[in-house]
Amino acid sequence: MRVLIPSALRSYTDAAWTETGGDTPAEVLAELETRYPGIRFRMVDEQNRIRPHIRLFFNGTQVRDLSQRLEGAGELLIVQALRGG
Amino acid sequence: MAKANGTQDANRDSRQVLLLVATRKGAWLYHGDRERRQWRADGPHFLGQTIHHLVLDPRDGRSLLAAARTGHLGPTIFRSPDLGRSWKEAERPPAFAPAPPGQNGRAVDHSFWLAPGRAEEKNVWYAGTSPQGLFRSEDGGVTWSPFSCINEDPKYRKWMGTVQDGTPDGPKLHSIILDPRDRKHLYIAMSGGGVHESLDGGETFAPLLDGLDAVEGFDRSDPTFHDPHCVRLCPSNPDRLYQQNHCGIYRLDRPDNRWRRIGRNMPAAVGDIGFPLVVHPRDADKAWVFPMDGTSVWPRTSPDGKPAVYGTRDAGESWQRLDAGLPPSQAWWTVKRQAMAADGQEPLHLYFGTTSGELWQGYDEGERWTCIARHLPEIYSVETARVPWP
Repeated sequence: MRVLIPSALRSYTDAAWTETGGDTPAEVLAELETRYPGIRFRMVDEQNRIRPHIRLFFNGTQVRDLSQRLEGAGELLIVQALRGG
Repeated sequence: MAKANGTQDANRDSRQVLLLVATRKGAWLYHGDRERRQWRADGPHFLGQTIHHLVLDPRDGRSLLAAARTGHLGPTIFRSPDLGRSWKEAERPPAFAPAPPGQNGRAVDHSFWLAPGRAEEKNVWYAGTSPQGLFRSEDGGVTWSPFSCINEDPKYRKWMGTVQDGTPDGPKLHSIILDPRDRKHLYIAMSGGGVHESLDGGETFAPLLDGLDAVEGFDRSDPTFHDPHCVRLCPSNPDRLYQQNHCGIYRLDRPDNRWRRIGRNMPAAVGDIGFPLVVHPRDADKAWVFPMDGTSVWPRTSPDGKPAVYGTRDAGESWQRLDAGLPPSQAWWTVKRQAMAADGQEPLHLYFGTTSGELWQGYDEGERWTCIARHLPEIYSVETARVPWP
């Protein structure tokens, strides 16, 4: 699966896009964590909640549940919402 | 009294003074020259990330820890082994234990306060977080674990209240104070939640509230209604504590358990509300505060737009206004609780950083002030460090 990394997290990946396995967002994030230690905790808190300004979109549809199955091939976009100054 | 310019300072070149400045949008190190008159800016580090605290490990004189949170990402802690030349992220930042299924557990929003362990506890660090949590690292800040019972203790959770009960940018655990004489004796403070003491190495804590005022109409005996802003222990007399509280300035001389409101001796027109408090490293009768306007809607600016440090030389029996060199009027900034420090040198200089991004130096215990830097982001903390000359 192609995964788009938000600019704020590219210090971990050194790239905008990366390829991972995984059938759910949880599995994708787990693989990212293995390759880029620390990256998952900046998107998901210790209670397994997606942090308030992080959004996930799979093939254009927002994914709110980390255990949701991501059917078929596609792109997972990780987006960091901006607010404030 | 030594000359204000420091040229008579016999110890002036024994160690270099660094100023560790943490801001809403990054961190800076300021390297002082031998006279502490010229400062070389090193930064920004972590541009765009909120840095609540930047602290040197006094046990090795070169390791730094930075409590970081990007505005839109989760919190972490960075560690530098070489005074900021390189940084590495913590492998396991402070995080609360996962809640049992069906319960809405807490998540660390940011680490707020970093405290190195005792001299003999190499690699031990403590962190206070928002919302209130106490964490400990035993490997120099690489991995962190919840420390003591209070993070999950129902009684303490009640006293901590909810995020809505806390300060505008989140309720905080701060002022982690280790008694240098006794490994089992420590203090913590919570905004809100009061001051607490442990006599068993953090296994248990008990409130230490006697003598502290609370907001009118609220029960003083309930820690929920106490808001200590900053608590300091005097290195030269560890039985003496000073506290800047939401409701005044206090001193506590152990083994007494009753705080005494020494802020009553401040000028009435200025009051005794503020955030930071600094103690002299070698004279327990000397301390400094930075009053702010705590009237009506709590503007939290310098009273009347005229900023000043107030210092005491007699343990709070009297206070002197120290504003030479500071703006005489129309200056509406203030100083946050971690943003004032002393450098430990002789003569002792004070430093503070403002909410408007200015870094000030107070020569000779604050007798004369000069501005080191302007136009920084909002300053959250200023720490001093003394390191060997490069």
